Amino acid sequence: MQKIGVFVCHCGTNIAATVDVSAVAAALSAEPGVVFAREYQYMCSASGQDLIKDAIKEKELTGVVICSCSPRMHEATFRKAAASAGLNPYMVEIANIREQCSWVHKDKQSATEKAIILGRAAIAKVALNTPLKPGEIPVTKRALVIGGGIAGIQTALDIADAGFEVDIVEKKPTIGGKMAQLDKTFPTLDCAACILTPKMVEASQNEKIRIYSYSQVEAVGGFVGNFTVKIRKKARYVDETKCTGCGLCTEKCPVKNVPNEFNLGMNERHAVYIPFAQAVPKVAVIDADCCRMLKDGKCGLCSKLCGAGAIDYKQEDEIIENKYGAIVAATGYEPISLDKFDEFAYSKSKDVITSLQFERLMNAAGPTGGVLLRPSDNKHPKTIVFVQCVGSRCEAHAKKGKEYCSKICCMYTAKHAMLTREKYPDTDVYVFYIDVRTPGKNFDEFYRRAAEEYGVHYVKGMVGKICAEGDKLKVQASDLIADKQLHIDADLVVLAAAIEPDKSARPLATLLTASMDTNDFFTEAHPKLRPVESPTAGVFLSGCCQGPKDIPETVAQAGAAASKVIGLLCKDKLTANPCVAHADELMCNGCSTCENVCPYHAITYIDKEFKMPDRTVKVRRVAQVNPAVCQGCGACTVACPSKAMDLYGFSGKQIYAEVDAICR
Amino acid sequence: MQIEEKKPLIAAFCCNWCSYAGADLAGNNRQSYPDNVKIIRVPCSCRVDPTFVLRAFQRGADGVLICGCHPGDCHYTTGNYYTRRRMTLLFSMLEYLGIEKERTRVEWVSAAEGAKFAQTVNEFTATVAALGENRRLEDLRCKE
Repeated sequence: MQKIGVFVCHCGTNIAATVDVSAVAAALSAEPGVVFAREYQYMCSASGQDLIKDAIKEKELTGVVICSCSPRMHEATFRKAAASAGLNPYMVEIANIREQCSWVHKDKQSATEKAIILGRAAIAKVALNTPLKPGEIPVTKRALVIGGGIAGIQTALDIADAGFEVDIVEKKPTIGGKMAQLDKTFPTLDCAACILTPKMVEASQNEKIRIYSYSQVEAVGGFVGNFTVKIRKKARYVDETKCTGCGLCTEKCPVKNVPNEFNLGMNERHAVYIPFAQAVPKVAVIDADCCRMLKDGKCGLCSKLCGAGAIDYKQEDEIIENKYGAIVAATGYEPISLDKFDEFAYSKSKDVITSLQFERLMNAAGPTGGVLLRPSDNKHPKTIVFVQCVGSRCEAHAKKGKEYCSKICCMYTAKHAMLTREKYPDTDVYVFYIDVRTPGKNFDEFYRRAAEEYGVHYVKGMVGKICAEGDKLKVQASDLIADKQLHIDADLVVLAAAIEPDKSARPLATLLTASMDTNDFFTEAHPKLRPVESPTAGVFLSGCCQGPKDIPETVAQAGAAASKVIGLLCKDKLTANPCVAHADELMCNGCSTCENVCPYHAITYIDKEFKMPDRTVKVRRVAQVNPAVCQGCGACTVACPSKAMDLYGFSGKQIYAEVDAICR
Repeated sequence: MQIEEKKPLIAAFCCNWCSYAGADLAGNNRQSYPDNVKIIRVPCSCRVDPTFVLRAFQRGADGVLICGCHPGDCHYTTGNYYTRRRMTLLFSMLEYLGIEKERTRVEWVSAAEGAKFAQTVNEFTATVAALGENRRLEDLRCKE
């Protein structure tokens, strides 16, 4: 005999303003099996939960239906409440009458009717629920951080601080990421290298941290607590254990015209190189695309010179397989390609550069040794135009650029403008902007200093066209406040290119089965309440892979992701999702269809003895689901030709009952 | 409370990870759509058995919508590919039986696409409403 309790939440006015909650409670109390129906202001509050708990005990409820917000919001809360009152937590179903009813419908009468129908479906389902007991799975106490920028480094350091082992996988030959390329950081103007490089060294010296540089994640298997990850360690043709980082090879290598990616192509490096002086690990790497020895087998100079005997032309990619309990994505960002922004003459003039190139030009270790010289003729620029929002905040129909705000450009442009005026007071600096966005501690003060104290010309308006004429760049722009057209003869133009997720993020998300938004940023489990967790259990997010961020925010998020990882690794056992598939052995004919569709290899076959009516014993091959590996997608349930497979929590009968209730 | 039968009646199956979250996002952003659509949550679009679709039509649904993660984004890696194949086959069979193909639809809606969800429901409801009631597979014995 079913005894179902129905609890209808007002959610303040969120539900009650559009849905007549009393009518819902009254209508649902008449449903078969319902013995108790109540409405309450806030069901998720302590007193709301008490109402549920008391009803479970007093009425000896066998099932609970909560008509409230989305199960993605409070399913766990209500399951916990039910469990504390002695009811199996999987005997709770939620009817989503907020996100999928009161918030999307306006007419009270029909919204109330829909809420009743959704409630009926949940009642029909809960009547068929079965008590489930989650199994336990062990936890591998090691974390993997993918990406070795400031986000990844900080996450790894914080995890290691708590005493857990952690590996960093970085695709470049050194960790450090974009921050290593920056000159100064806003709003305090500390030198980026001075605050980053100690952290890089700390990470390399921490005995709990292992760094796989020049490596990529190749495959990810398993699930929360028990991931198996294959890492491809690319051949650097230099033995990491022998190389001392003396740099002799990088000076003597005869191939010396390779564009230096660390300086964004503004100077050249050799075929064997160390990305920058403070690289970690400080080990040379041979660029196989340019090295004469690797291409033609003729040269071998570096090998002859190397006193440590570290050069190894025969080195091959190595595949390493490790087990991890948690994975943190920290893949960062990159500036967008400016191919579609021809109006700014980026591809035509060397003196139209991106902000990241400007960072390198201002940096003491950059291509010009920190002297601001324009790339075309190495002259001091006298007039510099900064263009903001290049590719940010674009309209969707423009089919170029991004719709979102890249967040960091307003501040770094203010920084660039300020630093330029400070070093070269005779330079005219213009900044063209749509809006100046400076929310952040001491950010607006910083921007005002740039505009007021340093005399940077801030002009509200967009640049329409830039043409290279002689050694000048003709900038045509509009000043929206003065309502006039401006023509500026600039020596250097700096474009604040929008930032987008690193190209490696999308394939990684596929490997991790983590979801992404339409811009390829990783999606968080909840935009407000679970900002550093991916919806995929055991996968966490750190830094710009989740959305544009500045350094303080990235570091804060890195710490938050680390604390979530630590919380996971602290546990010896995890409770597994009990909503898994199970095979009816009497129905199964051992055809292997389910095994073929299972993405997790959770299904195996066993030979089982069946006693036949004539007392003989027949051995049949039947499917068996490993509940610790099954993730509960249900692919097998539909594929099974004999309907032997079913899914706990989402059984065929339950879904039929929901369909029937909706179509009644 | 007596509930009037809402026509057209549309059952929507939404996968838990993308489309159900997308529908929630439509709610968060107050992007309204007709209340003809009732959503059933499934772990993955590949949990939608063709018999669920048939059952809905049998019980008087006028249209069935199935929403899942975008191809390549499935939380379970490949579930939506199964859905795509199964439903292609099912929908062509339904068309053969006289259920117009506009009454059935598979749509990929990510967790970030609240607007797309609302738009899909708006369009789909209008299309199904224009087709009128579905009597083809409706089992009148199911009605009380």
